[in-house]
Amino acid sequence: MLKIQLVGLITLVRKETTRIFRIWSQTILPPVITTTLYFLVFGNFIGNRIGELDGVSYMQFIVPGLIMMGILVNSFMNVVSTVFSAKFMRQIEEVLVSPMANSVILLGYASGGIIRGCIVGVAIAIISLLFEPLQIQHPVLVAVTIILTATLFSLLGFLNALFARKFDDITIIPTFVLTPLTYLGGVFYSISLLPDFWKKVSLFNPILYLINLFRYGFLGISDVPIARSLIGLLVLTIAVWFIVLSLLKKGKGLRN
Amino acid sequence: MLAIEIENLKKTYKGGLNALKGINLTVPDGGFFGLLGPNGAGKSTTIGIICSLIQKTSGTCNIFGHNIDTELEEAKRHLGVVPQEFNFNIFEKCIQTVINQAGYYGVPAHIAEKRANQLFKDLGLWEKRNTIAHALSGGMKRRLMIARALVHQPRLLILDEPTAGVDISLRRHMWEFLEQQNRNGLTIILTTHYLEEAEQLCKNIAIIDKGNIIENDSTPELLKKLKSETVCLTPETPLPNNFQLDGFKSRIASDGDLEVELSSDISITELLATLNALGIVVSRMSNKANRLEELFLRLVEGPSNA
Ligand SMILES: Nc1ncnc2c1ncn2[C@@H]1O[C@H](COP(=O)(O)OP(=O)(O)OP(=O)(O)O)[C@@H](O)[C@H]1O
Ligand SMILES: [Mg+2]
Repeated sequence: MLKIQLVGLITLVRKETTRIFRIWSQTILPPVITTTLYFLVFGNFIGNRIGELDGVSYMQFIVPGLIMMGILVNSFMNVVSTVFSAKFMRQIEEVLVSPMANSVILLGYASGGIIRGCIVGVAIAIISLLFEPLQIQHPVLVAVTIILTATLFSLLGFLNALFARKFDDITIIPTFVLTPLTYLGGVFYSISLLPDFWKKVSLFNPILYLINLFRYGFLGISDVPIARSLIGLLVLTIAVWFIVLSLLKKGKGLRN
Repeated sequence: MLAIEIENLKKTYKGGLNALKGINLTVPDGGFFGLLGPNGAGKSTTIGIICSLIQKTSGTCNIFGHNIDTELEEAKRHLGVVPQEFNFNIFEKCIQTVINQAGYYGVPAHIAEKRANQLFKDLGLWEKRNTIAHALSGGMKRRLMIARALVHQPRLLILDEPTAGVDISLRRHMWEFLEQQNRNGLTIILTTHYLEEAEQLCKNIAIIDKGNIIENDSTPELLKKLKSETVCLTPETPLPNNFQLDGFKSRIASDGDLEVELSSDISITELLATLNALGIVVSRMSNKANRLEELFLRLVEGPSNA
């Protein structure tokens, strides 16, 4: 039985990875182009006028946040779209009738999102090198944050796909939740620059903590406590894993 | 050993529709079982529950002795399913679809590829193995799903209307293929609207209608029942309540009529001659419509007339 699960997982991961590379112009290229434009416009043209922020150049300041944005949006989008379209076109039944355990199915689909998130993250980091050298003060923290964030948002993508009934339902969260929270989560500014009220409001934005965690890993600066952010991220990821798993077991959205 | 053992299985869909009202079914290992019924009878619901695509409301289901509530993964290992509706990735190559499915059942790709090639040959799909599934005809798609269901070498194959949309010559070919698989030890369950198909292939047939199993017997027995009719005879002088007509299945109805079941090989003349010999004078005779007959009328219109 263990062998079945393992071969099943490998099959699913391979299928998901092949898909990412086969349609790379839809999965990897768009975020890379968008971010390059950000680097060019904000980092280069405007950044030169802004000068330093928290002791680093503006370009350096925005790189971690933009990498983070690429990771979380792409992890989410990858899983929500493959799972929802597999559900919509019924191919997911191939997996559901097989002896694969729910946890293996979840891990298999999530891995596609994790892999795409990481590829996009690395690609954006490489592009940023064209503009300015990248310093990484805490590489282990950076790696852990990347993996946990990609995992968390892949799982959230799966959750979204379970509840989605039509194609519109898979764009609601990225458009109306993820993008605004990311922009308002301090990708382009330090919340220390905000008026007191908006600073307090910003602290309710979970993505703020992820971006700062990441920025700390690269630059050693953060607006929020690091240990708490990391533990929060870990706990949230584990919690979402178990929530999705229990929904899968109940058959939510997949088994009538 | 039973391949399938279903007890008191019920399914109520959201919205309150009772699709299954407590059915019981057993299929022996090595059997060839037909689930016959009109549209909306509950065939696909039953199959969906067996392969865990639909959650049952109550009842139990065992596959080769493994309960689907407690040992689902073990139960599904031995199962191959060909669903009623196409459910493969239409943008994928046929061979890849089959190899992936094998992987989900724990069969590594290099073994799966060999088996897939063989299945494609046996099913007449060899030329199409590297075609995108989208470009197959309906009958080819159905055969692709059969190949996909067999690649992990299951012990039980379930087919939901495998010959829907398949032409006569291909249907014969498919029937032969399935019979061959069954002779090699594969247990097969199929659903169909067509009595002819079930009659041709199945050793046992259950008839399902409106969520109830109304008949479940060996094929010859069932055919006898289906092809018999009941005639009601009104005797001039009342017969005793416990009257039995020798050599016939008969009973006295509450209105005093003598009801006799006539199988297709007995003529009315024979019946009347028997009554005559006993000195029973019949004043009226009518046909009694029964539920099975009604259903039979809907089913008997085989694929050729459909
Ligand atoms: N997802 C669903 N939600 C609600 N009702 C459903 C659902 N699926 C099936 N039903 C209902 O359950 C009943 C049984 O349907 P089922 O698909 O099992 O019939 P069937 O015997 O396979 O019919 P057919 O020969 O047309 O395929 C029907 O009345 C159908 O409308
Ligand atoms: Mg059906």
